[in-house]
Amino acid sequence: MGLAQARLEVLAARIGSVTFDGDGWLGRARTAAFARLSAMGLPAKRDEYWRYTDPITLNAAKPAAAALFNPGDEPMAFDQIDSLKIVFVDGVFDAEASDDLTCEGVQIDLLSSCAANPEHWAIDLYGALEDKAQNPIVRPFAALNTALATEGVLIHVTGQVTKPISIIYNQISDSSDAVLHHCIKIGPAATMTLLESGTAAARLNSVLEVKLCDGGKFNHIRLQGRGHDRRAVTHLFANIGKSAAFKSFTLTANGRLTRNEAVIDLAGSDASAHLAGAAMGDGDFHQDDTIFITHTAPRCESRQVFKKVLKNGAVGVFQGKILVRQGAQKTDGYQISQALLLDGDPAFGDAQFLAKPELEIYADDVKCSHGSTSGAIDDTALFYLRSRGVPLAAAQSLLVQAFLAEAIDEIEDAGIADDIRSRLEGWLRRHEG
Amino acid sequence: MLEIKNLHVKLEEEEKIILRGVNLNIGAGEVHAIMGPNGSGKSTLSYVLSGRGGYQVTEGSALLAGEELLDMDPEARAAAGLFLAFQYPVEIPGVGNMTFLRTAVNAQRKARGEAEMSAAEFLKEVRAKAKALQIDAEMLKRPVNVGFSGGEKKRNEILQMAMLEPKMCILDETDSGLDVDAMKLVAEGVNALRAAGRSFLVITHYQRLLDHITPDFVHIMAAGRIIKSGGPELAIEVENNGYADLLAEVA
Repeated sequence: MGLAQARLEVLAARIGSVTFDGDGWLGRARTAAFARLSAMGLPAKRDEYWRYTDPITLNAAKPAAAALFNPGDEPMAFDQIDSLKIVFVDGVFDAEASDDLTCEGVQIDLLSSCAANPEHWAIDLYGALEDKAQNPIVRPFAALNTALATEGVLIHVTGQVTKPISIIYNQISDSSDAVLHHCIKIGPAATMTLLESGTAAARLNSVLEVKLCDGGKFNHIRLQGRGHDRRAVTHLFANIGKSAAFKSFTLTANGRLTRNEAVIDLAGSDASAHLAGAAMGDGDFHQDDTIFITHTAPRCESRQVFKKVLKNGAVGVFQGKILVRQGAQKTDGYQISQALLLDGDPAFGDAQFLAKPELEIYADDVKCSHGSTSGAIDDTALFYLRSRGVPLAAAQSLLVQAFLAEAIDEIEDAGIADDIRSRLEGWLRRHEG
Repeated sequence: MLEIKNLHVKLEEEEKIILRGVNLNIGAGEVHAIMGPNGSGKSTLSYVLSGRGGYQVTEGSALLAGEELLDMDPEARAAAGLFLAFQYPVEIPGVGNMTFLRTAVNAQRKARGEAEMSAAEFLKEVRAKAKALQIDAEMLKRPVNVGFSGGEKKRNEILQMAMLEPKMCILDETDSGLDVDAMKLVAEGVNALRAAGRSFLVITHYQRLLDHITPDFVHIMAAGRIIKSGGPELAIEVENNGYADLLAEVA
């Protein structure tokens, strides 16, 4: 049996038989996405793009049970921040727990309520960036998402949104399988901050498509929930206009499997895209950042800063690519991926970091740098701190935080950055020794 | 204050013996200097006392105010009042100098069962002490020792010493890499800390530093032992004649 055939059989097993209501824009978008998906099938371990992350649990017809997580006395993410809250429980919108979705400078709709509106602004965006991002590398889980998403938030920002929009994902079922698809369009010179937090589901497949118009600004901070058993495959697609600024930071603490893909196109000149991530894993943890940034227009800046703290056999993966197209002169591209491997119980085996940085450059006047390292805590620095009276655990924590600092520094809002720092400290305290 | 008895030390990973029976008594408020040729074991002595890994004590003891140092973790030794000014202060990117200092001060206080210093109190004190050492606010804000010149690193060590107020200070070749002015500044910082309840062990290659920090006693170390002890005049003798005569004397 050929690989192509195998992929299709996996797909058939995964989704069974589906039919779409072909009428209406959403039905058409789903049908088209399903056609894309059917042509590509689901990924196999043999695929180059899935070489370091086994998709088997994402391919499975049903998610593996994921025990509910008790955060103990840790406060809810972003609870100190005044935001407009949109709550999902196991992938289903929770109107009661959510705030009123009306807010100045922004139009917020639920995907499920817009299918019948033939004039909706999201018609041009839903599935469009996902479709475009299927070339040169296919992303089957994103196509699957466009075809099968049960819900999502459609956000059109036309002015200055006064407070962040916070999407909170709660999980109350140990076997939930959520497929969510959000679209955000940020109009010319408009600004918004999006917060995402929570475990979401036993298995989450999420897509976020962001169209950032000229001069717009998008800030994204995501805290993937601390559930130990959860699995997630997420895609972030962005098309960035002239002089626009895009920033996205993700904290992944715990989770058996997390694959975060980001496909960013710097389509207008003088724009910037910053992607950063901090991942913390102890034991049965596999976290994968797969990034593809395309510099299409000249004079754009991109930064990728990914740091992973791994212990007791935890695995971190980074696949990051910068593609600079012919016309993208004066590109400034930067990419760093680093792992700190902490000593743990030898019975669990060594933590692993697998990194594949790639540059592909067709313009002749560009600046691109990349680096990748992995190593243990610096013994000399550790001794220096201890010799000043800082206890071992506190000294280790300081050095881990120092290691993560470059990624955390990508968060613009000082209050949010502090919140993230205190969560990291909490994680380190719980995973001492 | 510090009582080192028959200290024997080898490298942990290999059979190389470095200290072969060091005996040294430092009384409260005294300043002792150790001089000696390269490889005599001076720096090893400072590392072993402060608890750096990689060494194995095969015999002997080191008591600080009656407490056995060699059984303690490095942080416990610090809390007990030991301070080592490093020959090569370590750069720690990502950890702010102020955060580091405040964490250290309060960790020691906590370990001793004392109240922690408030942010305001700490800031006031660190500013005053930094000023005396000509350490500007910018340096305090930077990550620990990152981008500091050789002189700045050594001054930063003395600032840490001033903030931590140890009982027993070991200065490991604090003069190395310093120009005359920087050395004077560092020496002034050290002299300002001299007190009845605080002792110093100054490890150096050159008599020069001892012009500025006058020792009560000078010891010559060679091949892992203290081979001769005397007053400040011993340092001058070394400066004039080198170590050859002294080594020949004991051979």
